Formats: sequence, structure tokens, C-alpha cells
Amino acid sequence: MGNTSSMLTQYDIEEVQEHCNHTFSQQEIVSLYQRFCQLDRNGAGFISAEEFLSVPEFAVNPLCQRLLRMVDGLNFKEFVAFLSAFSSRATMQQKIEFIFKVYDTDCNGKVAFNDILDVLRDLTGSFMSEQQRQQVLAHVLEEAGYSKDSLLELADFIKILGNSGLKMEVEVPVD
Amino acid sequence: MDLDRPNIEEYLPSEAIQESNEKLHLRDLLDISPTLTEAAGAIVDDSFTRCFKSNPSEPWNWNVYLFPLWCFGVVVRYGILFPVRVLVLTIGWIIFLSSFIPAHFLLRSHDKWRKKIERYLVELICSFFVASWTGVVKYHGPRPSMRPKQVFVANHTSMIDFIVLEQMTAFAVIMQKHPGWVGLLQSTILESVGCIWFNRAEAKDREIVARKLRDHIQGVDNNPLLIFPEGTCVNNHYTVMFKKGAFELGCTVCPIAIKYNKIFVDAFWNSKKQSFTMHLLHLMTSWAVVCDVWYLEPQNIRPGETPIEFAERVRDIISVRAGLKKVPWDGYLKYSRPSPKHRERKQQRFVESVLQRLEKKGK
Repeated sequence: MGNTSSMLTQYDIEEVQEHCNHTFSQQEIVSLYQRFCQLDRNGAGFISAEEFLSVPEFAVNPLCQRLLRMVDGLNFKEFVAFLSAFSSRATMQQKIEFIFKVYDTDCNGKVAFNDILDVLRDLTGSFMSEQQRQQVLAHVLEEAGYSKDSLLELADFIKILGNSGLKMEVEVPVD
Repeated sequence: MDLDRPNIEEYLPSEAIQESNEKLHLRDLLDISPTLTEAAGAIVDDSFTRCFKSNPSEPWNWNVYLFPLWCFGVVVRYGILFPVRVLVLTIGWIIFLSSFIPAHFLLRSHDKWRKKIERYLVELICSFFVASWTGVVKYHGPRPSMRPKQVFVANHTSMIDFIVLEQMTAFAVIMQKHPGWVGLLQSTILESVGCIWFNRAEAKDREIVARKLRDHIQGVDNNPLLIFPEGTCVNNHYTVMFKKGAFELGCTVCPIAIKYNKIFVDAFWNSKKQSFTMHLLHLMTSWAVVCDVWYLEPQNIRPGETPIEFAERVRDIISVRAGLKKVPWDGYLKYSRPSPKHRERKQQRFVESVLQRLEKKGK
């Protein structure tokens, strides 16, 4: 189970905890490290895309390719920071920021009509035509007071998603 | 460290869009949190990887009193038990080969006698193997009988499952062809009990194997056929989905449940981590291999039941008896990616939900 260098020092744990803004407890970080070593089968210090995709539950997720782009090649510290949005201690702001980053693939702080369309395509696959997707999206955008040419920023996302009772939490199993 | 979280095993597909009877709003399309949560959940912990986790060796030798005891244990296991076991195994092989080889060649014409002797000898060498790990096996239930039109299925933890079962009854088994000395044994000795080989890598192989299976069970004189429907070794805490091949042969299926007692040794063969030789050495330098074998009531396919439902029903019987948890994954996902239809099903559900809410009028 993992390689023999799976020993985290107290200093390492505290450093990781700093980096993720204390969204995980020290015990959770130790558990996450065991999991990281379990997934990082070749002991390279990071989890490759192949290793992520060998988890069937992850591979069947419609957004897995998108997430892979964000998580591929991260070392343990960055891995924990990536998952910090899913902690119960993360703020609503942090969670919405994460969702924004999933949409904003070119990281320019703006999400366009096409960016949302791309995510919608991942979620609907071949069960909706391109035309249908555009129609539905244009319709709900207009209803919310935006247009097809609007560029949504983080503030817009917070406004739209802020009160929707967003729940995005994952429990880290601790012994 | 056993991650026992009961609800994950019932793989309930969560909804990708908030279930609601309200009209569709922008926030419903932008809110991808359920899908993201599922993905993150899989990254943090997933039921498939758990099936193949070996027991981490608990270091119990951490204080002044226990450490010398542990050292003494190591000395006994490696210095006394291991040589004795190697000796026992060597004697067993000598007896076996000196009886098997003559019997195989000299009794060519007396097939019935030859088969009987070979069967007995294979059971004998398996008993020697089991003795070489100080195997304590408790068999429960009626011993398998030699009858046509029946097939035995068992859960799979290691290749030693076969040896443990074989020492009681000479089964013909269907196995993956291995390289090295194991392969040699397979092609010579196991051939005599009527084993069937398959090659996971070959796609056409499945039809050839299916035909061989059908031919085998028709034969009156053939040894009872043993199949491990999981198709891969699992860590004896879980069962993965059973392949339906054994359940569509139109014959009675007799389930066998095997449970190893982990206190003595972890008998799970993690073929990615160890070769079979290393695995055997690990067993031979442990204290004992203790397990229970239950021969369960033979099952027939019910009218209106599909082979897959039949397989699941038998998996349930075996899992309950051996105290194993069921997971909805195919064991072969160890070697390949899941089929796209799982993802497509999620996409389809999402689209249905969106279109349904689009129809709604109101705020």
C-alpha cells in the first residue's frame, strides 16, 4: 500500500495545512496522503492522468476530462489545495470560485457563452443537439438578465449561485 | 485500517441536477456541484480500489516487551518453520512425481485407472501444499459429487483458493494461463484433471472457452468444473461482479464460499505487487493459513431470470455466507477502462431532467 517513503513529518503536515488555508484537519491531511500514495502507483510524486482514470468511479464522471486538466501532475500540497473547495470548512466563496475555475478554462477571469456551452456539452453528451443546447442556454441567460454576448465574472457567479443552497462537500475518511 | 462506510457500497447514482419541480433557471445549469462532488468523492475514496487493498501489516512490535517477542517469532518462522515446510513440500513433490510420471505413461491404455490415480495424486500434492503453509481448513457442507451438468463457483482471493479446494476434491478448473513454473505445472499436471485455459487479452478467446466449458460439463467422466466468476483476485473483504459465463451454461450452479482468517496471514494475492512465487514464500514464512470453506446449496436458474440476475443472486449467497461486501464493479476494470455507457447514462438522466424542467411554467 504505497511506497515506503509514505512518512509525513509534522512540519510537512503543517505546511500543507497552511497552503490549503486550514480547510482540512491534520488527521484528514494524513488520510489524504495515504490516498495520494495509493493512487500514485509508480511513486512519481504526482498522480498521472492514467492513474486517475484507473478509478472507475472517476472515469465515468462526465466532467472527468475537465477536472483532469486541473489536477494532472499536481504534487501532494497542490492536490490538497485542489480538494480544499470540497471540505466542509470551505466557504461558499471558495466553492463558487472552484466552480468558476472549472468553467474558465483559459483562466482570464471571464466566462463566455461558449465556455458554458462547453461544460453543458460534457454534461449532456449526444442526448441533446447543439442547437438545443444553445437555445436552452440563451433562454435561461436572458431570463436572468444576461445576453449571449455577456461575459460572466466571479462576482456574477456569486450572485447567481450564492443563494441557491449549494452543497459541495466530500468527507475524508479518517481512522 | 478498514474503510467501512456502509452507504458507498450501494452505488446510488446521485442526480446531476438538483431534483426540483420548478422551472429551469440559469443557476440550475451553472450549478455543476453534484457532478463535481461525485468526482471529488471518487478521488478521495472509491469502492473499486478498496477491493484490492492488502492488509497493511500492523506494527505491533513497538515496545520493549513485544519487540523481543516479535524477533523470536521471526526466528521461529524463518529458521524453524520455513525449512520444515520446504522439507515437507519437497517430500510431497518426490512422492507425487515418482507416482504420477509412471502412472501417466504406463497406464496409457487403462484410462479409467489412470484418471483415478492421477486424481488422487493431485489431491495429495495439494494437501502437501496446504501442509506447507500449516493450513487449517474447515470444510462445511456436503462434499462435491461427480455428476454431469453441474458447475462450482467460488469467490477468488488468490491462486491458493484452487489448492485449498483441490485437496478435498479434484476439480477441473478454468484458469488464466500463467508464465514461468506455474505455467509448466498448468500444462502438465493440471491438464490431467481436465483444466481449461483462457487468455484475458484475447477477445475471441471467450467463445472458444465457452464452447470448451459446455463440452466439459456434458462429459460424465470429467472432474467437476470449478469457476471463479470474479475473474480476478479480490482481497477477501469484498466481491466484485460475477461474469455471467458460468451462469448461462444451462446447468446447476453450486456456490462455494471461502473466507480466510486475516489474523494469521493475509492470503490476498495482489498480482500487481507480487509474483506467485513471492506470494507462496510469504505464506510459507507466516504462522498459518486459516480459512473456512462452505459448500452451499446448489442453485438453478429460475424461470424468467436472466443469467446476469442469476449470477448476482449466487454472488449474494456467497457474499452473505462469507461476510463479504458486494461492489457493483467488474473485476476486469483492473485492466481496462469502464465502458462509455455508464457516462452516457448519467448524461441522459441530466438531459431528461433539464428538458422536463424546461416545460414547467411559473417563477
